Amino acid sequence: MSDTEERRGGLVGYVLLLPAGAWLTLFFVVPLVTLVSTSFYDPAGSLELGYRVTGQVTNYASVLSDYSEQFLRSLGYAATATLVCVLLGYPLAYAIAFKAGRWRNLMLVAVIAPFFTSFLIRTLSWQLILADQGWVVDTLQFLHLLGEDGRLLATPVAVVTGITYNFLPFMVLPLYASLEKIDPRLIEAGSDLYASPFTTFRTVTLPLSLPGLVAGTLLTFIPAAGDYINAQLLGNTRTQMIGNVIQKLFDGGSYPEAAALSVTLMAVIVVLVLAYVRRAGTEDLV
Amino acid sequence: MSRAGTAPDRRSDRPVRQGGGLGGGLGIQRWGHWLANHLVLGIGLLVLLYMFVPILIVVAMSFNQPASRNSYSFNEFTLRNWANPCEPLGMCDSVLLSVQIGLLATLVATALGTLMAFALVRHRFRGRSVANVFTFLPMASPEIVMGSSLLALFVAGGFAGALGFVTILIAHIMFCLSFVVVTVKARLAGLDPRLEQAAMDLYANEWQTFWRVTFPLVFPGILAAALLSFSLSFDDFIITNLNAGQEVTFPMYVWGAAQRGIPPQINVIGTVMFLTALLLVLLGELNTRRRERA
Repeated sequence: MSDTEERRGGLVGYVLLLPAGAWLTLFFVVPLVTLVSTSFYDPAGSLELGYRVTGQVTNYASVLSDYSEQFLRSLGYAATATLVCVLLGYPLAYAIAFKAGRWRNLMLVAVIAPFFTSFLIRTLSWQLILADQGWVVDTLQFLHLLGEDGRLLATPVAVVTGITYNFLPFMVLPLYASLEKIDPRLIEAGSDLYASPFTTFRTVTLPLSLPGLVAGTLLTFIPAAGDYINAQLLGNTRTQMIGNVIQKLFDGGSYPEAAALSVTLMAVIVVLVLAYVRRAGTEDLV
Repeated sequence: MSRAGTAPDRRSDRPVRQGGGLGGGLGIQRWGHWLANHLVLGIGLLVLLYMFVPILIVVAMSFNQPASRNSYSFNEFTLRNWANPCEPLGMCDSVLLSVQIGLLATLVATALGTLMAFALVRHRFRGRSVANVFTFLPMASPEIVMGSSLLALFVAGGFAGALGFVTILIAHIMFCLSFVVVTVKARLAGLDPRLEQAAMDLYANEWQTFWRVTFPLVFPGILAAALLSFSLSFDDFIITNLNAGQEVTFPMYVWGAAQRGIPPQINVIGTVMFLTALLLVLLGELNTRRRERA
């Protein structure tokens, strides 16, 4: 800590913090509390008639029995997509950090660049790529990896592909950030001590990049679990995710049920994330 | 990054034991090393290519004259879409709305978020670590949860009929804030405190030190945060869709069009957005290179 920092009092800190802190409290924390209380409303009410607070958990029981399938599917799709993101994102982040040389910044720009075309437009683009008469399906059919009447669009594969694609930068950037901090001499030391490249990777590079890996998985998995755009545009009615259901319930004005589902999703994610972070041993991540 | 600085790095990437490749066994080993060294780069480039395929398709489709309303394949080259970008009813209005909201949300979120970042990095106060976790939370919440809780708040507060520009703006500022704080914080934390001490030693007062030393050094981080905010805001669908009322932002327009048949002009907007952002990033990069050389 430098002495300049020590001299600065806490009061100025609070003043600087106040506007953003107030905004986040008012429009992030208070809404979450409202969401929880809404989830206990009597579903028989409506916006016009008003709601009765029942204080019962009936909403939770009914949405969980009705939509557990979509729930599990969301978690499954998100987990699969996150795994594929690791498999694709790690080599890319590694290449940028260690092999790109003076092309490093350009490659980093290239990772974020696709972001700048709207999320929805990119997803629609995948609709085109995976379409029944598209070249991907043709190639796969030619290679007999896909049956004559097999298709990709409107299947779980398409949904997971879309999710993977859309959230890949969230994996690559944190991974790159932690790989970039690794001193290349540590890796050289590994090979000087006659460790095979694989052993060096397993015992030196991978553990040192763990914070990035954990951050990347979280930043990919969490938005992926709540996403419904990919399921809607690339899937069919049998690939609906929990986001589709929540959105539909809100559109239909069933606020209490929708709120109960949202709260459940948030709770499940918090539990999963805590378990995962504890397991990965990076509790001081945030 | 300067060329002189990276050239030795590249050399050190190559295997150290390269010199002794006389026997056949070593030749294979050397080849294996070459492969191991370039395999990762190759895979990385392939992944990058994968990331660009959809973008290339968007660019290509912006020059397409579709055969029918629901046809998605490339039919015929045309410049018509570029000549009449605003032809689809309501599309340009939605772009305009998204730009307005994006600019306003960026302005407010960048200002508030920068102040908060300064507080978190430069000041020691009770509850600082709580505030740190607190800013991380919105980034770690699924959009559907944030969107639905905001809607729950607006409905509970009796604003269900008043959803629109203001509610969208409130939501966008909220989710941009965390990203601004994190980006500016990273830049601030990487700042060498000795630079500010040097200014103070040279009899600059705190105000002068801030505006002449600290702020210019942090500015690239603030700029990056603003760019990030704008693209997050411009691109958001899930939260916006829940809180927009009758307003239609560009992503909402695209969503609607996806159900009815997509006008090719959407791809024109997508291409323009992509090129604009790329241009801004490259200009920024050129600027830092020029400064580093000077």
